[in-house]
This record gives sequence, structure tokens and C-alpha cells, in this order.
Amino acid sequence: MSVVTTAGGPAPQTPRGLSGKMKGVVDSEVALSECVAGLSGPVRIVGGATRSFGSGTAGDVLSVVGLSGITLHDAGALTLVARAGTRLTEIEAALDDAGQRLAFEPMDMRGLLGCEGEPTIGGIVAANASGPRRVQVGACRDFLLGVRFVDGMGNIVSNGGRVMKNVTGYDLVKLFCGSYGSLGVMSEVSLKVLPKPEAVASVVFSGLSDAEAVAAMSGALGSPYEVSGAAHDAQAGKTMLRLEGFDASVVYRAGELTRLLARFGAAVTEQDPKANHALWRAVRDAETMGAQGDVWRISAKPGDAPVLAAETGADALLYDWGGGLIWARVAKGTDLRARLGAYDGHATRVRGTGDAPVFQPQAPGIARLSAGLKARFDPKGLFNPGGLL
Amino acid sequence: MQMPQPDSSVLSRKAQIVAALRQVLPDTAVIDDPRQTKAYECDGLTAYRCPPLAAVLPSSTDEVSAILRICHQMGVPVVPRGSGTSLAGGALPTADSIILGVARMTDVIETDYENRFIRVQTGRTNLSVTGAVEENGFFYAPDPSSQLACAIAGNIAMNSGGAHCLKYGVTTNNLLGVTMVMMDGEVVELGGAHMDSGGLDLLGLVCGSEGQLGVVTEATLRILPKPEGARPVLIGYDSNEVAGACVSDIIKAGVLPVAIEFMDRPCIEACEAFAKAGYPMCEALLIIEVEGSPDEIDHQLGLISEIARRHNPVELREAKDADEAGRIWLGRKSAFGAMGQINDYMCLDGTIPVSALPFVLRRIAEMSKDYGLDVANVFHAGDGNMHPLILFDANKPGDLELCEALGADILRLCVEVGGCLTGEHGVGIEKRDLMVDQFTAVDLEAQMAVKDVFDPSWLLNPAKVFPLASSEARRSARMAAE
Repeated sequence: MSVVTTAGGPAPQTPRGLSGKMKGVVDSEVALSECVAGLSGPVRIVGGATRSFGSGTAGDVLSVVGLSGITLHDAGALTLVARAGTRLTEIEAALDDAGQRLAFEPMDMRGLLGCEGEPTIGGIVAANASGPRRVQVGACRDFLLGVRFVDGMGNIVSNGGRVMKNVTGYDLVKLFCGSYGSLGVMSEVSLKVLPKPEAVASVVFSGLSDAEAVAAMSGALGSPYEVSGAAHDAQAGKTMLRLEGFDASVVYRAGELTRLLARFGAAVTEQDPKANHALWRAVRDAETMGAQGDVWRISAKPGDAPVLAAETGADALLYDWGGGLIWARVAKGTDLRARLGAYDGHATRVRGTGDAPVFQPQAPGIARLSAGLKARFDPKGLFNPGGLL
Repeated sequence: MQMPQPDSSVLSRKAQIVAALRQVLPDTAVIDDPRQTKAYECDGLTAYRCPPLAAVLPSSTDEVSAILRICHQMGVPVVPRGSGTSLAGGALPTADSIILGVARMTDVIETDYENRFIRVQTGRTNLSVTGAVEENGFFYAPDPSSQLACAIAGNIAMNSGGAHCLKYGVTTNNLLGVTMVMMDGEVVELGGAHMDSGGLDLLGLVCGSEGQLGVVTEATLRILPKPEGARPVLIGYDSNEVAGACVSDIIKAGVLPVAIEFMDRPCIEACEAFAKAGYPMCEALLIIEVEGSPDEIDHQLGLISEIARRHNPVELREAKDADEAGRIWLGRKSAFGAMGQINDYMCLDGTIPVSALPFVLRRIAEMSKDYGLDVANVFHAGDGNMHPLILFDANKPGDLELCEALGADILRLCVEVGGCLTGEHGVGIEKRDLMVDQFTAVDLEAQMAVKDVFDPSWLLNPAKVFPLASSEARRSARMAAE
């Protein structure tokens, strides 16, 4: 089998926390294609191995960290193309030099999952990892312009491209974003990037109930003041609204927002860049979930959030996306879905174990379509068995 | 543009098929008189026409389901249709197909300002979605230029864009959920009022699939609070290169306008003659619009003007009020009408990396000379979505074919420089045979595999998107099975 290991380096090690034998580290798309074509059993696809909850339970490990490097950064066209195994730190550094960033604010899960390793762009795309700014600019899937991947037969497939508007053929780009490696191994991704703002400020309310907080966040998100983050830390009783842009504009909008939401009490405006960074990193990475207990991620209609959250019985709750995303920490082994019943949305067990599947089971019609796609793209069931599909 | 031979076994069963449809639909919802089906013989791509076997106009998801179940059982191809404004032939029927039009399904089902969404039946027009929420200070962002007429169904099928997608994205970025009827009549729900997908992003896959995976009958759309205000600036340059460099510098400087529109000299001249908007006569015109409070607008326009002045504009005109803003937009908004008054034209839709703009415009000018057909350019420069308009004479034998050949060369050029065949109009039949210039056989196979899963008998809009030679085996397998 043409598995290529890193030249001259130490033998590849299975990342900590993962079982299974290390298949090797591929260092080119062709090598990846040959490796997949020669597989005789299932594999878990791994980049930095920092989001392993979604990559299934069985099989050897296929690492793409050898597929590394930025292949194009066209700052004037707001585009970046990178191989799937490229470290996030490398991408962020290159963008930073041009005053740009990944606007969807990908979550760093290392704290929550207690793992080491370096997040890679392929893993971020596979998980559609999107932070607080999702409410304003969209999710990772909204910034993904193109993918190249190897399917279960070893075919190299390209879809989308590097331009912002592209409706040529079916959008497999969206299909792969958030597919948790269930359909193929991504080799390269192409992303839209955005300029970094000049200034940031947060308007912070204290002591609101969860229902009041969601109402305040809805009021803010329904205003013309371009709120780029709306989160509520239930334990600390802190409700945070983020504003970004030109300096004077941020100050103006903070004032307007405070006035608009005066019925929710007095607000404090935080303008220190470092303090803002820490505040929103804590939301993005769900830092208040701590290190113990099971953690679930609930996606819901924002208005339903307070009632749903109350039903979780959680001992720590964090609302992001104006209430559209709830992080809940519950006792080990809790089947949160059983507690919540039916609602518009779904729940994922991000940390913990138990009989309940990690991902929410789908309605029969959707499950049939998903299984049909899996059968076409990965007919031998090689990729991440026991994961999303 | 070739279309497949109609299936004679379907044509010969017209009476039975129509009778079966009449059993599940009111009389007025089934149209089979040839004088009336003529109304459905083409869409916005009027060069190609063919009346369908019949047209049906359902009023509900249940009726759509009943229609599709019948067509599935009887092996009849179905061409879904919104308002029929496609410029790519997405709703062009074949003689053996049923047109399934959703134009009577226009209800608003739910508006929710707290959670910022609206749910509508998909026959509703794009502009009337905004119309339903604007009194409360909200709007629906995607704004294709046909927005007065085009339906949400077609917007979803083609993943339509518009002038303001640099900031707000296209349809797929503003679509939260759909009710979709599968070819066998099964009704599925994708997405909802929540913000991300629980499993595979099938919603993202369906958006832009050109009516080939299912018929979308209801949609949950994201609505946004209206900005405090918006104002444009008009900037004229004496070369396309300099205008292109100015666009690139503005984006690099971290200003993100809601729209950056670009017009070249042939287009400026036509618009000026038509609309008398007072445009300067120059090689390239930019219209750049920003949003926010009055102070924010002033600040951003100041930054843009400062960058623009570094490139020595021949004219720079900031709109001071709504009236001046209206005059700046007047010419641009009448561009297509203005061109139509001069001549027949074909509107292309390729996208290129913004950095390739000057090169591509130079090459288009050379090609235009070689073919002896004039080309005017008007497009969304911020995102590289070009709309070259090729002027031709439909009454002159051979001119349409010449125009199509030039169009194909221009689109190949877009692909060569790292772009794509279509940015917002869709493939339809128009760009179908050029797909091999952008995709390998393996790439196309991966896409067709998706249709195999959603529509195994290849009955939904079967002769679109994929080159006929690529889809031949799948389409004939269906006919053989009948």
C-alpha cells in the first residue's frame, strides 16, 4: 500500500486519546488517493485530532496533517486556499499580516475535550465549526467556497472553486462542510476571508433571567446596529452583545444599543481589546463548561431556548447565537434528548459517553437520503464508522 | 442547444396522464389545451421554446405531492417552474414533460421577528417577501434584478444572488429551511428556524440544484433588520485596469461596501442614452454603496473616496441625499432595458477572481473584435460576478450561433483564470455543455450520484445542468425501464 510517512521523521504516533493503529501520514493528494484505494478496512480521519467526538469509534487512523500549507491567499479577492491538514495557527498568522481573519470564528475545542494537538482547517470544515459571529456573518459553511476530496473509491473530486459567487453544478461544498468525514477525505479547502475590524466593544448587562437575556439579545439582533455576538452566561448572570467596526461607529452603536435596551437595566460597555478578546474566546470555546461532566450542544430556535434550557437540568448553561445555541453541562451518562422531547432543532453530545448516539437521529426520510449519499460516496463504509453516518 | 428526443410512450399517453392529474387537482389547475400550454413554452431564455405536454398549477404541498406521485408512477418527466424568469433555460420544458408551476402558492405562513425569520410558500415573489416584513423594519436580503417577478422557488433552485451579496450573501446564506416534495411524492422537511444542520447539510445541497432533486413548496427565510440608511458614490476612470485596481484596494483596506457595481464604456453610453442619469463619459464607472448611520456612511464614503482619488478618477460624485442616490442608481438599474433597446443581447454570468478583472476585460474586448459582435460589461465587481452582454441580431441568420460561440469562449476564459461558468443564473441548458470545461468526468459523476439518490428515475428536470452525453446513460435507463 502506498502509504507515505513523513520523510526522515519519527514513526507516526496515534494521537493521544485515540485508539487504533496509525495508518500513516499522507503528504500529497495523489498519495491520499492511493492510500484510500488500497484500504481494506475502516479508518478514522484525523487532522489535529482536537474534535474527535465526531469521528466515530472504530478503525485505524488516517492522518492528513502531512497535507499542509497555504496554496493561495489573494487578499484583494478575500480568498484563501489551503491544504486540509494546514494548522489553524498558520492560516491565522497569514491572514493577520493582511489585516484579515476567518470571520466565522472557529471554536477551539481543546479545553472542552481536554486534548492536545493543533487544530487543522480540514477538521474545522468537517465540523462546520462556527463561533459567536455566526449570528451576523454566517457559519463556516457560508465561507467555504470550494473543496477537493478523495471519495471511498479513491477518486479525487473537486467542487466549488475560489470565487465568492458560484452556482455551477451541485453544491457539494455545503454537503462536505459539517459531514464529519463521513463521505470522503478532504484534501484542500477554499475559503472566503474578511477584513479585521478597527475596533470592538461589548455592551454587558448583569442579573438578567435567561428569558430576559434572550429577549434582550433578540432586541439587539433585530436592531440595525450590526451585533456580531450575542451570548448569555447563565451562571455569571452576564449578557453580552458585541459590536465591531470603525472606532467611532462602534462607540455610536454601543450608545444606541444601551438606549434601545434600557428596559433591561443599566449596561456596562467594555472597550478594551484584550478584555473583549478574552470575553468572546470564553464564549466561543464554552470555557464555563469546565473539565467535568457531560457537555451537550443544543441547536434551537432562539425563542425556545429558555424553556429548553430549563428542561436540561444542567448545572452550567451558556447561550450563544442569541439563544440559538445552548451549551449544557449535565451529569455523566444523561440522555439529554430523552429529557428535551421534540422541538425545532437538535442536540449533540460533545463530551461524555452513554447509550445515546453522539448525533441526533434523523427523521426517516432524511436518514434514508443521508444513507443513500453515504452509499454512493463511501460504498465500502471506510470513513469514520460510528460517527455522523 | 440540443434537447433530447421526447419519449413517444409518454406522448401517446397524454390523455391518460391528464385525466389522472385532473383526478387530484381542480379543473382550473390543469392546463392541456395547446393554445394555453404555449404560455409555458419558454422562460427568460427566449431563444429556446417547446410547449410542454401539460402544465399544472397546484395550491398546496399536498397537491404537489399528488402530482409527483402520479408522474412518478406513469414515468412522466416534470419541469418545476417558479415565475419563469430563468435566464439559463432552467424552466424550459420538453414535449414529453409536465410543467409544475408553483405560481399560485404565494401565502405567508408565519412571520417571527423575535427569531428573525419568515416562512412562505415558494411561489411568492422575492420582492413581496420583503414587502411582508418591511413595515416592521426588516427585509429579505438576496435581490436578483428580476426581484419584482421572480419566485422564491426559482431563487432556491438557482441559488440566486443580486447586487448586495458582497455583504449579505446569496440565497443559500439566507435560507434556513424548506419543505420539499420528492419525485415519488414523499414530503421531507430540511432545516427549520434553528441555525445549523443536525446531520448532513442537505438544505445546502438542495439550494442551487436547479429543480433536479425535489420540488420545494415552502421555505423558511432569514430576515434582517433594515440598516439605518444607505448611500452610493459614483467614480469614473479612464481605464478598466485602474477601476479594477481601485476595487481591489478598497477591499484590501478593510472597507466592506454592500455593493460595488462596474460598468464599461459601451454600457455607460447605452444607459446614458436610455436613462439620462448624467453619467460621465469614461471607460469605467464604479457605483459603490455603503450602509449605516449618517455619520458611519460619511466615514466610509470618506475612506472610499480617499482610496479612489489615489487612482486619479475623472469623476467622483458622493450622493448627499436620497435624490442624488436615486440618480446614481438610475442608469445602472436600467442597464438591461437600455441594452435591450439597442439590440438583442445575451447576458452571461461567469465569475472570476477580482484580481483577474483587468486581464479578463482586455481579453473580452479582443474576442469581441474577432467575432465582430459588440460586448458591454455591467457586473458585481466586489465579488467578481461578471455580466458581459453580447449584442446580436436575432433576425440575422447565424448571428445567434455566433453569439453563443463567443459567449462560450468568454465563459471558458472565466474558468481559465480561476473562476466559474455561472455566479448566480444557474447552468440550465445554456451552460450545460460547457460543464466539461470546468469539471472532470469524475467531478460530474459525483454530482450526478447525488441526483441518483434523490431522483433515481431521473424524472425531475432531467435534461439540464449535466451535458446530455454525460447524463445519457441515466436518462435512457429510465426510458428502458418503462
